[in-house]
Amino acid sequence: MKNDVKGTEIYKTDPLVKRWDYSLSYIHSYAQDSEFFKSLGKNILLGSYCKKCNYKYGTYRKYCMYCGGETQDIELPLNGKIHTFTTCYYSGESFMNDIPYTLILVEFKGIDSLFMSRLINKENIKISIGMKVKAKFKRLQKFDVNDVYFIPEL
Amino acid sequence: MNDVYIVSAGLSKFKKYNYDEDFRLMVKRAFDYALNDTDITHKDIDGSVSAYFSDHIQGQLIAGAMTNDYIGLATKPSKRIEGGGATGGLAFQTGYEEIASGNMETCAVYGFESMSHLNTWKGNDVIALGSDSNFDYPLGGFYTAYYALMATRHMHEFGTTHDQMAMVSVKNHGNAIHNPFAQSPMKIAVDDVLNAPMVATPLTMLDISLMSDGAACVILASEERAKSLCKNPVKIRAIGSSSDTMRLSDRPFGNVPLLACESEDDYKNLKYPGVHSFRAGRLAAKMAYERANIKDPLKEIDFAELYDSYTSAEIQAYEDLGFCKYGEGGKFIEKGYSEINNKLPVNPEGGLLASGHAIGATGIMQAVYAFWQLQHSIGKHFNSNRLQVEDAKKGVIHSHAGTGAYETVSILER
Ligand SMILES: [Zn+2]
Repeated sequence: MKNDVKGTEIYKTDPLVKRWDYSLSYIHSYAQDSEFFKSLGKNILLGSYCKKCNYKYGTYRKYCMYCGGETQDIELPLNGKIHTFTTCYYSGESFMNDIPYTLILVEFKGIDSLFMSRLINKENIKISIGMKVKAKFKRLQKFDVNDVYFIPEL
Repeated sequence: MNDVYIVSAGLSKFKKYNYDEDFRLMVKRAFDYALNDTDITHKDIDGSVSAYFSDHIQGQLIAGAMTNDYIGLATKPSKRIEGGGATGGLAFQTGYEEIASGNMETCAVYGFESMSHLNTWKGNDVIALGSDSNFDYPLGGFYTAYYALMATRHMHEFGTTHDQMAMVSVKNHGNAIHNPFAQSPMKIAVDDVLNAPMVATPLTMLDISLMSDGAACVILASEERAKSLCKNPVKIRAIGSSSDTMRLSDRPFGNVPLLACESEDDYKNLKYPGVHSFRAGRLAAKMAYERANIKDPLKEIDFAELYDSYTSAEIQAYEDLGFCKYGEGGKFIEKGYSEINNKLPVNPEGGLLASGHAIGATGIMQAVYAFWQLQHSIGKHFNSNRLQVEDAKKGVIHSHAGTGAYETVSILER
């Protein structure tokens, strides 16, 4: 118990307010989404296709949300366009060290729905809707959705 | 189905920090306020519904049961409802269902959240876990960013401007000046909003709702009990609700579900909802309007408590709820239509932006304000008639979870 060594942090005495740290390590399984995350290590961005509905999902899902049928994995194009974007100057605590960063929703030709990702914009190009972007993959795979990101395609 | 009425309501004062009262005591304040206002006793209450969003924010699981015994309702049936930002709105509708079904004759619906117990950064993180933890949250996704993505697209699609969004903030903070329960009354100008620290483009600190400690309570009753308990009850005319995909990326590009006052020609080239609009809000409104026989909301509704978690969301809600056509929301605020005593006052007490956003309390807070508006008792509760909507007969309350993963619309009338 760290607190016992360091002493207990008291913020106020009236009313009595103390610091209480609690945390947990979660055993996170990607379960039926695993193939998507494994494929990022092979520089492949997977989407899903429902044959029955003839619908192509830009974000991987193993079952079609319209008919309930199992989807087929498809490779998404690695080039797309910005559907919308935002640059974040604040964040949740877990991402404080990343700010500022830009999130985009990517649209792909021939795919019916979108994909959310980060845009790494090293040259500080002015971002706009409709701008062409291309997927890049992290060399060191961390097995999360940040293993893929997008950059402006000039 | 039995008719359902609101017979009393109460609020705690909404605050940024309330370390003097925990969630149980805040609910007690709101509940006791409601009991005293209409001279109702514990014996009159058949059961309850509690509303709160996150166990992590309270630092306590099964906080609903703890609250229930604290306010004196142990032994009566009770349940907890959770649905993100729509928690309070959903709990209100659950209370309605308890009475409408005949399961209870009277039901206390209370909501709360103690958000000050997490710092803002941690709070953002905890709330962001209310988004897909495989695909969205790990990107650094958090709610301001998701709404900002939607706002950016709304601006692109319809020409909405940040100035127009800022006008929502000016209006709601200004309204709150006359609301003694409100957390953040302020006289500000459009430039103050535009020049506030940027959080996620285009949304600045003053485009974003508050994080609050607060509680709210309404007491619902059947027609017979309402008549015996209260001189001027307010009827819940209809409820509507809907849902949508959790991930923004899954939203399709189809056709607008039309309200009675719209036609296909209005939206020939609009792909819907994409990420510019809230389909669940539209569908919830459509359901509630059809049940309440409302054909033209702008003409028939006297005021609305809309879910202004962000300034952009209030503008989007004008459209989703059919106060104007899609694409005209920016002009709606610019022309002043949603100001108090204009065409359709929206958030006359300050909304989530200025009155407060204690997540689980929020939808119920809206019901409390709407109840007082329809009782014409704002003057009594606020010590000033400034915010009383003149001759208010019909009001609407509306809430969101996530980026519209659940939405509720309820219609109240005197
Ligand atoms: Zn299908």
